[in-house]
Amino acid sequence: MIVRILGEGQFEVDDAATSELNILDAQLEAAVNANDDQAFRSALDALVSRIRVLGTALPDDALEPSTLILPDAEATMDNVREMLSGEGLIPG
Amino acid sequence: MSVMKRVSLIFKAKANKALDKYEDPRETLDYSYQRQLEMLTQVRRGVADVATSRKRVELQMNSLQQQQAKLEGQAKQALGAGRDDLARDALTRKSSLQTQLTDLQTQYQSLQADEEKLTSASQRLQSRVEAFRTQKETIKATYTAAEAQSRIGEAVSGISEEMGDVGMAVQRAQDKTAQMQARAGAIDELMASGALDDVTGTPHDDIQAELDRMGGGHDVDLELARLKGELSQGEAPREIEGSGAGGAASQGQAQASRPAQSADQPQAGDGS
Repeated sequence: MIVRILGEGQFEVDDAATSELNILDAQLEAAVNANDDQAFRSALDALVSRIRVLGTALPDDALEPSTLILPDAEATMDNVREMLSGEGLIPG
Repeated sequence: MSVMKRVSLIFKAKANKALDKYEDPRETLDYSYQRQLEMLTQVRRGVADVATSRKRVELQMNSLQQQQAKLEGQAKQALGAGRDDLARDALTRKSSLQTQLTDLQTQYQSLQADEEKLTSASQRLQSRVEAFRTQKETIKATYTAAEAQSRIGEAVSGISEEMGDVGMAVQRAQDKTAQMQARAGAIDELMASGALDDVTGTPHDDIQAELDRMGGGHDVDLELARLKGELSQGEAPREIEGSGAGGAASQGQAQASRPAQSADQPQAGDGS
C-alpha cells in the first residue's frame, strides 16, 4: 500500500505492516478524541517514524493516489482537527 | 485506520470534485494541468519568500554580533582606563543583546528547515507535473473519452493529492514567514532607535529584572575577570621593555595597578 506523510512524500509500505500501523493509528485517534496533547505528540511521532522505517520512498514522477495519508510530523492537534473537519483547508 | 483513512478520504473527495467538473474527462486533464502550473509558481514564490526572510534574519544576526564586538572593545578600553564601572556597563549591554541573538538563531534555523522542505516539495511537484503532462498527451492521443476515464481518474487523483499536500505546506510556510517578517521589522526599528543598546530601556517586571541582574551579573563578573586577565597578559611585556632589566615582573605589576592607586592616594605617587 502507499502511505503519504504530508510534507514528506509517499512511501510504499508492505501490507504486512497494516495491523501494526492500525494500532498506532488507533492510539492517535484516541489521543485526538481525549484532547490529550502529550499522547497525541507521542502517537504521531511513533506513526511517522514507523512509516519512515518500514516504507520505501516512491519515485518523484509517481502519479498514484495514496491508500492512507498521515498528517505531517510537526502538525498540532488543532491542525489535525481542522484537516479532519473538512476539505476547505486543502488547496489545489 | 481511522485518522489516516479519514485524511485520505478528504483528499479523495477533493480529487473527485475536480473529476466531476467536466463532461469529457479529457477536459479534466487540461484543467488539472493548468492548476498544476499555477501551483508550481506558487511553491516557487513560497521558497523565495522564505529565503528572503532567512537572509533578513541573517543580516540582523550579523549586526547584533558587530554590536557585541563593539561593546566588548569598549569594555576593554574602559578596563584599560581603570573604569571597571564602565566596563561592567558595556558587558551588561553585551549580555542583553545575547537574548535577541539567540532568538534570531532559532528563527534562522526554523526558516532554513522550511526552505529545505519547500525546495524538495517543489522538486517533487515539478517531476510529477512533467510525468502528468506526458501521460496526458498519451491518454488524449490513444483513448476515447470512455476508455480514458479510469486512467484519467488515477492520474488526476495522484497529482491532486500532491497539490493539496504542497499547497498546505506553502500556506503554512507563508503564514510563518509573515509572522517572522513582522518580528524582524520590530527588531529593525529597535536597532534604529538605539533601544537595544540600552538595557534600562527594555521593559521588565521587577522580579524578572532582579533575576536577570543575578543571572546576568555572574556572567559579567566572569567576563570582567577574563578581560582583566587578557589585559594583564597583554601589558606585561610592554612594561618590561619600558622599565629596563632589573625586577621586571614585580615592576610591571606595580605599573599596572598604579592608576587605581594614584587616584585613591595621590601622595603615594608623589613619594615614589
